[in-house]
Amino acid sequence: MEIGVIFAGFGGQGILLAGKVLARAAMERGFEVTWLPSYGPEMRGGTANCTVVIADEPVGSPIVDSPAVLVAMNEPSLERFAPRVSPGGAIVVNSSLVSQRKERADVKMVFIPMNEIAQELGEPRCANMVALGATAKILGLFPLEAVIAAMEEELGARGREKLLKINRKALQRGYTLVS
Amino acid sequence: MKVLMRGNEAMAEAAIRAGCRCYFCYPITPQGELVEYMARHLPRHGGVFLQAESEVAAINMVYGASAAGVRTMTSSSSPGISLKMEGISYLAGARLPAVIINVMRAGPGLGNIAPAQGDYFQATKGGGHGDYRLIVLAPSTVQEAAELVMLAFDLSDRYRVPAMILADGMLGQMMEPVELPAPIPPEKIPPKPWALTGAKGRAPNVASSFDLDPYRFREILRALWQTYREIEKNEVRWEEYETEDAELVLVAYGTMGRICRTVVRQARKEGLPVGLFRPITLWPFPYEPLRKLAERVPVLLTVELSSGQMWEDVRLSVEGRAKTPFYGELGGVVPTPQEILSEVKKYVR
Repeated sequence: MEIGVIFAGFGGQGILLAGKVLARAAMERGFEVTWLPSYGPEMRGGTANCTVVIADEPVGSPIVDSPAVLVAMNEPSLERFAPRVSPGGAIVVNSSLVSQRKERADVKMVFIPMNEIAQELGEPRCANMVALGATAKILGLFPLEAVIAAMEEELGARGREKLLKINRKALQRGYTLVS
Repeated sequence: MKVLMRGNEAMAEAAIRAGCRCYFCYPITPQGELVEYMARHLPRHGGVFLQAESEVAAINMVYGASAAGVRTMTSSSSPGISLKMEGISYLAGARLPAVIINVMRAGPGLGNIAPAQGDYFQATKGGGHGDYRLIVLAPSTVQEAAELVMLAFDLSDRYRVPAMILADGMLGQMMEPVELPAPIPPEKIPPKPWALTGAKGRAPNVASSFDLDPYRFREILRALWQTYREIEKNEVRWEEYETEDAELVLVAYGTMGRICRTVVRQARKEGLPVGLFRPITLWPFPYEPLRKLAERVPVLLTVELSSGQMWEDVRLSVEGRAKTPFYGELGGVVPTPQEILSEVKKYVR
């Protein structure tokens, strides 16, 4: 088993963090895992993406030809990565910033208005956790609690209780929005 | 306990655990996290973190710290390593141990910050001037990066030869679970009777690469040469994966090595007899093991993020015993497993 997930969006949308939390959850659950960021100028306002590979044997390439899941937080990300998603895979789309359309007929398309949900929860920056909650449900590798625990550990030092609470809610919302 | 760490951070932590107490640097992408980590953590261990005014200054500070008997390190990325080369040659000439980490990016020139393997020649065939060698270790996972940094300090001290970790932007930036090696207690680090620690009650020690008398200098270099032969005898390291029945073996190191592991798995799934030979020490290069492999494997396909540098050593090992084609990517582009597999299929089916 080797599953690739690509998170992509604008710099500042918490793309790298969402990937890191997923990687940590996978590690805590005993999986082999790699997290590979795009780095450099992208971090400042351009596009950002990261690739997480979860496997049950040591991961070879941290680069993925065809991810099982793509999280597209904006339009350019969808355009760039959607063609690469493996048939039968899934694309989680931030419909707040991307028009709802059937980009691929052979993959499951999940549209979630992440920005609106984040706004509703009172923290615009938690859209990434809504996306991650949905991703966790699609992957079905471990329960949401594993992701929540990983998020708390990742934000531990810098996360105030209020922030953790909102992020927990965001993860739960994303998780329950996937059927 | 496993922790999730970037390659850059894991190498920094491993250096601290190996007893590195002086770290000198000048920042450059893609090894910035290594600098940050050392800045944050080394002073807490009683060490010195110093961001120098230039790469040249940093490597010469390494020279000073090493001469004083301290375990010391510097790190940079390709263009920065070029700037350090003069100092590295002086370290080699003065027989001072040190660890140098090169998190390679694409060159020549300023190039870009994407992962590449174009510094193989620089690391293994000189780089600086004069008749010297570096011990060169090439990790392919974050775990191995941590372990090889520890090993680099030990080997460098044991042989009094500087050691280089040849990593790349991908390994530096990626995160992977790592089981950090246990710290080496200071009393376990072998004493350095040659160090410049104050000559009270003994003859002064000298750390220098300078001798105007060719005959005397020749003796120094002969001893060095002897050490290099010893290193070649004792320290060759490599990994073989699925080579037993292979009809084609990929030869790749570092990041390319791990990507080729995926290629082997995919090829095996399709019933293709493909294996992997991964040099871990680039110097000393595993000439002999590769030669033995070439006696029974008809094709050794070298894969590098360069136009073919390690390829020369592969051909030197094989000496015509097997076909030795090459597949490379340039400019910071990393080939996908699929692309390499297509190349493999030109030779086996």
